[in-house]
Amino acid sequence: MSELTVSRLSKSFGGVRALNDVSFRLEPGELLAMIGPNGAGKSTCFNCINGQLRPDHGSVQFVGRDLVGLAPRAIWRLGVGRTFQITATFGSMTVAENVQMALISHHRRSRALWPLATRLYRDEALGLLESVSMRDQAERRCNVLAYGDLKRVELAVALAHDPRLLLMDEPTAGMAPKERIELMGLTAQIVGDKNIAVLFTEHDMDVVFANASRIIVLNRGEIVAEGTPAAVRANPLVQEVYLGAGSTYKPEARPAHA
Amino acid sequence: MKSTKNRTRLFLAMAAAVAMVGLTGTAASAAEPIRIGEINSYTTLADFTQPYKKGWEMAIEEINAAGGVIGRPLEVISRDDGGKPENAVKAAEELTTKENVDLLAGTYFSHIGVAVTNYSKQRKKLFVATEPMSDDITWAQGNDYTFRLRPNTYIQSAILAEEAAKLPAKRWAIVAPNYKFGQDAVAAFKKVMKEKRPDVEFVEEQWPALFKIDPGATVQALMQAKPDGIYSALFSRDLTAFVREAELRGLLTDDLTVVGLLTGEPEYLDPMGAEAPKNWIVTGYPWYAVTEPAHKKFIADYQAKYSDTPRMGSLIGYISIYAIKAMIEKAGSVDQDKLIAAMKDLTFDSVVGPITFRGIDHQSTLGAWVGRTAVVDGKPMMVDWRYAQGAQYFPTDEEIRQMRGAK
Amino acid sequence: MSFYFAQFLTGLASASSLFLVASGLSIIFGVTRVVNFAHGSFYMLGAFIAYSLVTSLPPGPFWFWGGVILAALTVGVVGVIMEILVLRRIYQAPELFQLVATFGVVLLLKDVALWTWGPEDKLGPRAPGFDGAIDIFGSRVPEYDLVVIVVGFVVLAGLWLLFSRTRWGALVRAATEDREMLGALGINQALLFTGVFFLGSVLAGLGGAMQLPRASVSHHMDLAIIATVFVVVVVGGMGSIVGAFLASVIISELNAFGILIFPQITLVLMFLVMAVVLVIRPWGILGRPEDETAGEEYEHQSLSWLPSRAARLAMAGVVGVLLLLPFVVQEFYLVLMTEVFILALFAASLHFIMGNGGMISFGHAAYFGLGAYGGATLLLYGDTPMLLAIALAPFVAALGAAVFGWFCVRLSGVYMAMLSLAFAQIVWSIVFQSSGITGGEDGLVGVWPAEWASERQVFYYLTLAVTLGGILALWRMLFSPFGYSLRAGRDSPRRVEAIGIGFRTHKWLAFVIAGTFAGLAGGLYGFAKGIVTPTTLDIPRSIDALMMVLLGGVQTLVGPLVGAFAFVVLEDRLLAFQYWRAIFGLIIIGICIAMPEGIVGSTRSFLTRRGLVSSGR
Repeated sequence: MSELTVSRLSKSFGGVRALNDVSFRLEPGELLAMIGPNGAGKSTCFNCINGQLRPDHGSVQFVGRDLVGLAPRAIWRLGVGRTFQITATFGSMTVAENVQMALISHHRRSRALWPLATRLYRDEALGLLESVSMRDQAERRCNVLAYGDLKRVELAVALAHDPRLLLMDEPTAGMAPKERIELMGLTAQIVGDKNIAVLFTEHDMDVVFANASRIIVLNRGEIVAEGTPAAVRANPLVQEVYLGAGSTYKPEARPAHA
Repeated sequence: MKSTKNRTRLFLAMAAAVAMVGLTGTAASAAEPIRIGEINSYTTLADFTQPYKKGWEMAIEEINAAGGVIGRPLEVISRDDGGKPENAVKAAEELTTKENVDLLAGTYFSHIGVAVTNYSKQRKKLFVATEPMSDDITWAQGNDYTFRLRPNTYIQSAILAEEAAKLPAKRWAIVAPNYKFGQDAVAAFKKVMKEKRPDVEFVEEQWPALFKIDPGATVQALMQAKPDGIYSALFSRDLTAFVREAELRGLLTDDLTVVGLLTGEPEYLDPMGAEAPKNWIVTGYPWYAVTEPAHKKFIADYQAKYSDTPRMGSLIGYISIYAIKAMIEKAGSVDQDKLIAAMKDLTFDSVVGPITFRGIDHQSTLGAWVGRTAVVDGKPMMVDWRYAQGAQYFPTDEEIRQMRGAK
Repeated sequence: MSFYFAQFLTGLASASSLFLVASGLSIIFGVTRVVNFAHGSFYMLGAFIAYSLVTSLPPGPFWFWGGVILAALTVGVVGVIMEILVLRRIYQAPELFQLVATFGVVLLLKDVALWTWGPEDKLGPRAPGFDGAIDIFGSRVPEYDLVVIVVGFVVLAGLWLLFSRTRWGALVRAATEDREMLGALGINQALLFTGVFFLGSVLAGLGGAMQLPRASVSHHMDLAIIATVFVVVVVGGMGSIVGAFLASVIISELNAFGILIFPQITLVLMFLVMAVVLVIRPWGILGRPEDETAGEEYEHQSLSWLPSRAARLAMAGVVGVLLLLPFVVQEFYLVLMTEVFILALFAASLHFIMGNGGMISFGHAAYFGLGAYGGATLLLYGDTPMLLAIALAPFVAALGAAVFGWFCVRLSGVYMAMLSLAFAQIVWSIVFQSSGITGGEDGLVGVWPAEWASERQVFYYLTLAVTLGGILALWRMLFSPFGYSLRAGRDSPRRVEAIGIGFRTHKWLAFVIAGTFAGLAGGLYGFAKGIVTPTTLDIPRSIDALMMVLLGGVQTLVGPLVGAFAFVVLEDRLLAFQYWRAIFGLIIIGICIAMPEGIVGSTRSFLTRRGLVSSGR
């Protein structure tokens, strides 16, 4: 059985079809990249999966459970981790505490009133930080970190509850090219070890082609191509709608909405 | 551990005692002043409390110039409560424990008066409530340690009800601020009216929030009920705004009887100037027309001293110090128990005639002036007035015992 | 029928004068996001200045209206002065600091007015030419009411033209809708804010001046109107002129007709309307939802809160001193310190949701008061022993907090603050007007400690023990997973949901906990004073709590306690002065400007800069 099965997902905003009959599958250990020009529907598709949006039609099956209609935090509980395009961390807390928060929630202790939060699951948190090479910055506060380091913290946070699926929305946005490759390489290595399925969107084609095991290409809310990096690279249709035609895109570009 | 503590305590107590003796030894022999701890809302209600302050300051000067009381001068240590009852309690604590006053006095707002009354009972400290009008101070919340000078809401309402009952009006409407004072005033008025005139009916009630009256809407609502008479317990800016709208909208016709509690007091009547309502039956203070020599002298002295006309508060402040003087003289000391014993059934001569602090409820028999409002030469006045002796308007002793027993 | 029409016109006149003031506040808030408490003071100043002008200028319509307009413009200048001297220095501070600073201005202006015009109410003349009443369908309607209605519509139309037809108006609208755009457009923000304050203050001044022919000018006009104006602005939608107009009409007409059916309900009615509107439409009738990312802008100034070993030792030392205090000082200082303890717990409970959860409550006194009334009621009506009454008091408060909090946590920022204020005012109104049970304004009396605790020293120790326990429990919870979850949600609502934590539920629980501890403080307070009156839950009491937290330092642990201490001592010292409000106001403004992190926070920053203490992590 597939980890994630998206079937016939559709979503409109005020008459504009943002997603039209999108279907795909994701297998354990697979890194699936979703690409497409701005406004292709990537973010909408993402948000329909993670619970931020409710699709008009279609279903999202995660290991046999339908995610449609569930709140983001319920989806998280089922074992879906996520990172944000613009990092979201707890700025007043240390790097370790950020990870500890995720662990506390994972162990359903976020309402405990007595224990000291900083002492809970500390070793586990440090272990996760070790895996993203952030162990040495564990005691720094998040609001003083460099952006690239924040992305690593997010990754550690996303891994805290042993997810089976990771949703990464533009994981390398805002980073220098060298950092991008490093981060996605790190991600690929970790998910490979743990056999986690990853769905990510990405603007940087170098990152995509270097790490993705498979690629789907969205345009105007529809899947126009799907396949291995090599197949997609060779697909003339993709070249036309996406890579060709002089379409410019910036890594920092605003999130596509419709 | 405990013994160490006790030793420390003992040591400190000793040190304090030595210091006390050292400090007081010299002064006590001569003329140690008698200290009156006074609390009022001087900054919150400056317009009503400043005349009162002038009144008691004048009395203190007179008394001390004449040699004080039992050979000692009087000293008032005054505190501002900032308009909050909790602050008044704190001030009472300070005056009692830090300033070591011999008695407490003062307060204007009813709820603050009630708070200090309650304090005086708990801490067994004599309290002479001067201005607050709440019935509770001497009745439902009455206690051994509290006495009150000013006629309370009930007495003033009863005086007005007696006048109102003489008139033909049968259909009455009520307008009163929606809080304790207004509710008490209305209850007392209704009770006495029903006793004297079983045929009257109350057809409309308007209860604007204190100092938040919507005058136009209130006047319209009263007009709608077409009453023969209106009983008003409005005061201050609520009253001013109400009168303006009532005049404009034609509520105040010649056929309508209006009875206004406190409306004749200069505090409330003067600010309205020529627009003051005419021919209302009111309680108040017609200082401009008093005839008794002692009272006239007070008014002349006051005007000379302050270049200002006296208000109701001036008189109350002035008399209250003389009441305290009479009490101390009768007691011959400032011992709490002796003071209380002396104050019970104390009769003293004030500028408005003899006043008694009744033993049964500690309420003074100071009455009220009742008359009709008029505008003479552009100035608001009370005319056709008489001084109603407070003593005649009390509920029966039985009723009072019941009320005082309730708590 | 004619009666109802007359009543409708009366309501419309009230609405119109309310709108003048409310529109000014709404514009100021829309652009600058400042909750300007001094707006009521500007209204009062307008009335006083107009009184002075109109009574000293020659009679006649020309000078009358000239005086009214001149008064409004003068108030506009006062508003500009406040903006330049005070607010401009603290726009960068947390938004509540501006509120507290404007409250300082309220106190200052109150005494300025007292000093300038004396204590007595002033009755101005009627408007020349409009001093009569005219007959409309058989009812007499004052001519001046019609003038007020016309002026209200003229101002509405004028504002509409200003905002839709002028460049300046377009800028104001742009600023209201998207603050960041201003910077992008290269607008001189300082000048725009000053201009907005001028316009808003002129409207407040005009509203006050227009009252001259209707009611006497008094020193209580400022706070009397400010609550109503807040309601109007919130119900209409902050920043919306038309919304303010609609809300003015709704509230005034409800009042005009409401008193015919429920003459005693007037106080509650307005706040009920506000609560209902906010529950159904959280951003008011015509308001726009707050920017979703607004919460992300939160300034993370908080350093490590967990006290260091040295700090813990210092705290233990303070407790030791407090334990010895009864042996060395006069009894009165025990009374004072008892009050400090209680208010410290009260402030700490507010800090629990404010500092840690980023939730602002303008109505925290409701839970303090519910605790106080709960304890007093149990004692007086149920003959409950003192300790049991104190122990049960928090549950009464918790119940209230659970109900009101359920609605409040659905909103954020100023809207949440306003809804909490509405609930507090509803409770206050009910308590104030239900004399039968609550004693009304007089309150419940005889709430004294049991015989064994009636000595001041004993009650001092009892209070110290209970409040210390409460504060330590609150602190412990701040560092528990629950407290951390709350802070996590404050830092990033998006992330906290994405790690499976239901932030809203946590906020609600925190609200209940804060209410519970406020109730505990309230329960003690009743016994400390022997009385429980409506002032334990009115607006000033809520503001007191806010001031204690902010003046002490919202991003510090001991800030609320230091704030409570400073507050009680200041109040005690200052009440001896005739113009204590002005002094207090100046101190508040001074702290806001000079110590934007509060007393503790700024001291810490100062010491850190000097290298005297380490910066934590």
